[in-house]
Amino acid sequence: MSLDIHTTTAPTRSQKSAVLWAISDIMTIARRNLLALIRIPTALVFSVIQPIMFVLLFRYVFGGAIHTGVDYVNFLIPGILVQTTIFGAVGTAIGLAEDLQRGLIERFRALPMARMAVLGGRTVSDLARNVLVLVVITVVGFCVGFRPHGGFVAYAQASLLMLLFAYCLSWGFAYIGLAAPNSETAQAMTFPLIFPLTFASSIFVPVQQMPSWLQVFARNQPVSQAAEAVRGLMLGLPHEHSTELTLLWALGAIAVLGPLATMKFRRAA
Amino acid sequence: MSDFAVEANNVVRTFKDGAVRALDGVSLRVPRGQVFGLLGPNGSGKTTMVRILSTILAPTSGTATVNGFDVVKEGDAVRRSIGLAGQFATVDENLTGFENLRMIGRLNHLDMTYVIKRSHELLGQFGLSDAANRTSKTYSGGMRRRLDLAAALVANPPLLFLDEPTTGLDPQSRQDLWSIIEHLVEGGTTVLLTTQYLEEADRLAKQLVVLDHGKIIAEGTSQQLKTQLGNTVLSLTFASTGDAERSSGLLSGISSNPPNVEGTVIELTVDQGPASAAVALRRLDEAGITLAGLALREPSLDDVFLNITGHKAEDGVAAPEVATARGRRARKVRS
Repeated sequence: MSLDIHTTTAPTRSQKSAVLWAISDIMTIARRNLLALIRIPTALVFSVIQPIMFVLLFRYVFGGAIHTGVDYVNFLIPGILVQTTIFGAVGTAIGLAEDLQRGLIERFRALPMARMAVLGGRTVSDLARNVLVLVVITVVGFCVGFRPHGGFVAYAQASLLMLLFAYCLSWGFAYIGLAAPNSETAQAMTFPLIFPLTFASSIFVPVQQMPSWLQVFARNQPVSQAAEAVRGLMLGLPHEHSTELTLLWALGAIAVLGPLATMKFRRAA
Repeated sequence: MSDFAVEANNVVRTFKDGAVRALDGVSLRVPRGQVFGLLGPNGSGKTTMVRILSTILAPTSGTATVNGFDVVKEGDAVRRSIGLAGQFATVDENLTGFENLRMIGRLNHLDMTYVIKRSHELLGQFGLSDAANRTSKTYSGGMRRRLDLAAALVANPPLLFLDEPTTGLDPQSRQDLWSIIEHLVEGGTTVLLTTQYLEEADRLAKQLVVLDHGKIIAEGTSQQLKTQLGNTVLSLTFASTGDAERSSGLLSGISSNPPNVEGTVIELTVDQGPASAAVALRRLDEAGITLAGLALREPSLDDVFLNITGHKAEDGVAAPEVATARGRRARKVRS
């Protein structure tokens, strides 16, 4: 080991405004999270392979038994898109809990970076992952017979709505990640939340098939609204006010969960 | 600017609504350009002090300045002027060595060209060039510590906080780290080092404070502490506790401190090891007491504590570590 450990160059601090640096910090953290996603095989399987399994499972195994009024594959794919982004948000919680557990967040706190960038970077990398998932599921969907008739513009609108909805929701999962004592608990804490939200919803089956007491919940909960809106837009079907309601849910979620997660982050040590 | 890299005045930090006092009025002054040692057992408040000085935690009361900046009011200026590395080697294990340094450099808001150049420079200097493009998950414990320290040096800070940098390392890795720290200080860096090892403090630190239960119980140069303590520990083992008890009276006067009797063992801190051993043997022989064992050894932190406080340095996680217990639990599994 060479022991001439003094730098030959003086450090130069770039002159940029605080806002530009905050954006740079968010991107630095997001990039780091995405590199981890690529390098941990289980993370990649969880976020990309698993939704493909769901597509195949429901398309070819359960699908024949579900009656929806439209071709089931067309009913299914928009639902799977919404379901995948919600399952993926579990990764937000696990990732933050791990960073906290390993002391990385503590190291970040001793750096002159924008403190908000830890949460900002995490949610942005999850957004990027959701874009990837959207593309993969769309391609896989087309391969198994998915034919959306709403047109390209509506498809893009549906995609943006879904990404926004997922982004806002991920702040709630960030809160769970910061509140959990470790990543295993973080994961366990999200399950009682995501299972009723995704399965007691119109993601896989029409809610009319459920018992009436369950329909009340299934019809009105935010994930069903998002699934209805995305499906309606993609297939060019009427979907009442579900687009507006999804937007309201999304904005409401970030207005409440954003500050909550931020507060939790300030206190978590 | 102040002559001191760190000035802390009566810093108190409590946890659990005041039930736990991790730091109970600590004041210290760290002169520039040398290693300053914060010595103490687990739970003495060392890590809490480092966390306050690096702005991770706010003090409950008291004030502290780092490089002339107030840790509470001027946190950003403090963070721009320090580097932090420690026993948990908080590198991102999914990133390569180079990526870790680049990330920390960018989060220090340094120019990209500089960050890349400096990262390669540090990887070379710390013997990590060959491992630069491997994820740090594959690194050995010693390599992780070096990468962690390199990350703390990317911004070339004038002040480094090293929180138990060699805890759990093998002897060779420990020697390597010590050399690095010595060279850094020769180059003008100030280092605040926390350690549980008297040997480490002795080798590196010019000045020391000893912490126990959140309070400073001794301070001075390593030589002053050693003189206060005696340079060697004479350990005598007897055949029975009765013999040990009988002998403790015979041995008084050999050490400036009273003999410490524990079961069948008596320990004395002495200045002249062999000479004192000879005196002890003569007196015991005259009294007709035979020894089961005799040893001379370097004083340990336990001996410092026993001498200063009258109690042993308690091991294990004591109250002040509550705040980091969450991290500790997980990290233990990894190491």
